[in-house]
Amino acid sequence: MSIWARHKIFETNSVILIVGILIVIAIGGLVEITPLFYLKSTIEKVDGMRPYTPLELAGRNVYIREGCYLCHSQMIRPLRDEIERYGHYSLAAESMYDHPFQWGSKRTGPDLARVGGKYSDDWHVAHLKNPRSIVPQSVMPNYAFLADNKVDLASLSAHLKTNRELGVPYSDEDIAKAAADAKAQVDPDGADAADLLKRYPKAVVRNFDGQGGDPTELDALVSYLQMLGTLVDFKLYDEKANLR
Amino acid sequence: MNQALNSKRITLGEGGLTIVFILTTILSIYAAIYAHDAPFAFHASLAAAFSAWAVFAIIVRHRSRSGLPPQEINGAPNYNLGPIKFMSFMAMFWGIAGFSAGLYIALELAYPGLNIAQWVNFGRLRPLHTSAVIFAFGGNVLLATSFYVVQKTTRARLAGDLAPWFVAIGYNFFIVIAGTGYLLGVTQSKEYAEPEWYADLWLTIVWVTYLLVFLATLMKRKEPHIYVANWFYLAFIITIAVLHLGNNPTLPVSFLGSKSYIVWSGVQDAMFQWWYGHNAVGFFLTAGFLGIMYYFIPKRAERPVYSYRLSIIHFWALIFLYIWAGPHHLHYTALPDWTQTLGMTFSIMLWMPSWGGMINGLMTLSGAWDKLRTDPVLRMMVVSVAFYGMSTFEGPMMAIKAVNSLSHYTDWTIGHVHSGALGWVGFVSFGALYCLVPWVWGRKQLYSIRLVNWHFWIATLGIVLYISAMWVSGILQGLMWRAYTSLGFLEYSFIESVEAMHPFYVIRAAGGGLFLIGALIMAYNLWMTVRVGERSEAQPQAALQPAE
Repeated sequence: MSIWARHKIFETNSVILIVGILIVIAIGGLVEITPLFYLKSTIEKVDGMRPYTPLELAGRNVYIREGCYLCHSQMIRPLRDEIERYGHYSLAAESMYDHPFQWGSKRTGPDLARVGGKYSDDWHVAHLKNPRSIVPQSVMPNYAFLADNKVDLASLSAHLKTNRELGVPYSDEDIAKAAADAKAQVDPDGADAADLLKRYPKAVVRNFDGQGGDPTELDALVSYLQMLGTLVDFKLYDEKANLR
Repeated sequence: MNQALNSKRITLGEGGLTIVFILTTILSIYAAIYAHDAPFAFHASLAAAFSAWAVFAIIVRHRSRSGLPPQEINGAPNYNLGPIKFMSFMAMFWGIAGFSAGLYIALELAYPGLNIAQWVNFGRLRPLHTSAVIFAFGGNVLLATSFYVVQKTTRARLAGDLAPWFVAIGYNFFIVIAGTGYLLGVTQSKEYAEPEWYADLWLTIVWVTYLLVFLATLMKRKEPHIYVANWFYLAFIITIAVLHLGNNPTLPVSFLGSKSYIVWSGVQDAMFQWWYGHNAVGFFLTAGFLGIMYYFIPKRAERPVYSYRLSIIHFWALIFLYIWAGPHHLHYTALPDWTQTLGMTFSIMLWMPSWGGMINGLMTLSGAWDKLRTDPVLRMMVVSVAFYGMSTFEGPMMAIKAVNSLSHYTDWTIGHVHSGALGWVGFVSFGALYCLVPWVWGRKQLYSIRLVNWHFWIATLGIVLYISAMWVSGILQGLMWRAYTSLGFLEYSFIESVEAMHPFYVIRAAGGGLFLIGALIMAYNLWMTVRVGERSEAQPQAALQPAE
């Protein structure tokens, strides 16, 4: 019987056809995805990675809500021009606490993987409110409304808790103090700033948007932007030990 | 079956669905009252209204019907065309909405002042555009044509009584939830899988029903063989289900709020996303529409498919190879190199089955090439296959790492997607709808062939403007980013590359505008076909035409 005649079994039996399709489409995905969960080399060994502070996480959620990832990547490729333009190429370890990842797929605007510390808070606030007041050629939308929205402090604990259930190492203390931590991060002179920094090293504690009171979404977004790419100390990073 | 005509009982579907929708009405009202955020309250209210309407509609339908529709009339299958009509209409409606959203965001990139409010900012409208064209327009075309093709090629009435309507209306309700969510900022940021957990759950239910209806119809077929178009539809339905479940597992912060966190993180999440993302292209926008190609082109050209053996190779090779190609979206990223290399290798291999399919589609015209001169509908479908060939050559080329280092992150990708989306998916859908509308409404022919011709040329011109503008802007962007001066410094700041894009963004918007005008002409033509078109003779329904 020729191979063409054998194919009849798929054409005359819908269940066998379905099973055939399922097997054929499963192989590629299984081979490419499964090893990423157990090969130790997938995520580099680095020092300095920590979960987001509650305010940074809130800022990240604003970043997601507004679709920033549609125009800004957070993934520097190991190409000469990118490293010179944006900094050290991105590591898998740098997004290991990211649910979901924000690598992006398009650069209508520049990469933001290491934008933290590059510009002042004032620059970010003015730029987010009206990008063309700082960069006349920019095509970015205005985000002035973020300054009027307060961060929902009451729900922050639940957000941290959900992340912990997915494997992000937040402590019980982190979860209990989530709302207080968010407030502390915009109050550099307050009593709780030192405690926040102890649990979240390298967190940027400043009154980001220059307004008083509880943190706004603008505070949250700028706090997130100001920490992007700053956690890993590349002076200590051993590139050869992490060759993949 | 005669018994069913005479006796009138509440069917299991009617009773079951009424109870389910009464429960969801109550549940949705509760969720709307106790919602943690405004968008969730809004969506819960929509769900409550929808469920209550569904209960009402089921009862009204039951009261007005006499019995269940017969499976056959005078020995000929009694095809179920209602859901197909509904989805054809919705496809055209969402198509125009999606193309308009695309035009608007194209203009926003050229004239950023158009970002007038948070609800219409580029970041929120862009997923609205992509979902509207892919899932709302493309999805309704796929659902409508698959329900038509599976009936005609099995010579059996669609399985289920309410189930096909549940799929048709339920799918469009998903679109409404997804689309309004984007405008309100409800998104999980996974490209082409942005809807949040509750929309994903609802889609899963609808999709499984779709699979069951399709499968049950295949099982009661009157033809010994399953026609090749149905293999592609089946692969599309099953694989989309697998992809949807793999990419979307999330943990909601609260079951009374819209926000959830994806179970996967970082590099694994990236891999899942592009395994999903590329195969949304491979199985939604390719396999499904190849099902359309394999039915509508032979039918319209009145020629058999060129090669049966080629279609077997085409089918299995395509679905096997496509699933590997995802990592080419992650070249030079923090995804391990071995995965990238696999993705590149399989992407290049994918060129072969893609062109095998193109050849099979084009060569079906053997002996009927003269029809291209006289039948613009057939011409549209043939040109769509040519665009398919072009973008499936371009795709593997862009998947080569060296090429990708230039093209990735630039407008070249956007151009590539649109040569496939406008040229292949758009044109083959238009061709299918131009065939389908007269068939299901029992019209002799389209209202105007001349208008189809106008549509064809205006849209083709639009596509050419669109993709050539994006090629130029994309390659220009890529080259500017990596340009060095003779002293070894980067030559351009980023914003200089943004500034250089402006003229191309204007040309692109013009191209998109032409494509939209073409679709408006089409909508008018189809509307007039249904309203004033001459009924086909001696046939109460076009459905009684002989099958393949």
